[in-house]
Amino acid sequence: MPVLEILTKQFPEKIIETHDFRGDETALIQKDALLLIMKFLKTDIRLDFNMLMDLTAVDYLWMGKKPRFEVVYHLYSLALKHRLRIKVPIEQKDALVDSIVSLWPAANWYEREVWDMFGIRFQNHPDLKRILLYEGFDGHPLRKDYPINKRQPLIGPKN
Amino acid sequence: MMSGNESFVTSRLNEMIGWARKYSLFQYPFVTACCGLEYMAVASGHHDIDRFGAGLPRFSPRQSDVLMVVGTISHKMAPVLKRIYEQMCEPKWVVAFGVCTCTGGFYDNYATVQGIDTIIPVDVYIPGCPPRPENVMDGLMKLQEKIQHQKQEV
Repeated sequence: MPVLEILTKQFPEKIIETHDFRGDETALIQKDALLLIMKFLKTDIRLDFNMLMDLTAVDYLWMGKKPRFEVVYHLYSLALKHRLRIKVPIEQKDALVDSIVSLWPAANWYEREVWDMFGIRFQNHPDLKRILLYEGFDGHPLRKDYPINKRQPLIGPKN
Repeated sequence: MMSGNESFVTSRLNEMIGWARKYSLFQYPFVTACCGLEYMAVASGHHDIDRFGAGLPRFSPRQSDVLMVVGTISHKMAPVLKRIYEQMCEPKWVVAFGVCTCTGGFYDNYATVQGIDTIIPVDVYIPGCPPRPENVMDGLMKLQEKIQHQKQEV
């Protein structure tokens, strides 16, 4: 049974949308069910997604999409050799998602990077601080409304 | 100059010291990016900067006179560069090598220092992306000129 079919059967009311472009399967899910679905994807024997390939975010500000952000998870099963992309839409004023470090420890630094670059917070993350930039950096530079030539208070020159 | 058995040279102390200092430039190469390759070309035998007394790079800031900042400086590198500068003994000079160190170059973004003169004082700017060896030697001669004519702190 294809991955998306198993998933939609298990959580029919938590899946917002799915699509399958040339075998590239994607599911948009609701934020409150993230941990539940991720745990199912990792532990179910038919799916067995034991590897988190990537975790990132997208800012759709200029594309006018609502809600503004999406957190994107790429999963892979080393045993069954299949992949799945999970997307979680996030509102700007409630930019908070459950951390999945408890399921995949690899998510630790990815989530710190997403916090650093997009300002999306992760609930129950063990150590959510900036990873690429430094303490005292003002703003989150991969947000589309971050001014391209903004100067930082610790470095200057002043704006 | 010569009179009988005695010989002497007339000069001012300031110029004498300047002359000595400008031909004894021990550089600290602070190399972070692609300009480093052009720096290596300058330091190689073909262009021979030993002619300017600047042939010996020192890899400790405490033993060097000229800080050559070669390549893009990111925000995270900025405190390191400042610390290296502060570790150097007086007299000391700074050369901004390449357009990234001069102004930030085309890296007008959140991560790059927009010219190292926002952090430390700079004596000579060598623009270019990267500057050619001839350009660097021109900058080196400009620095020598500057050293020759400045007030020498002893």
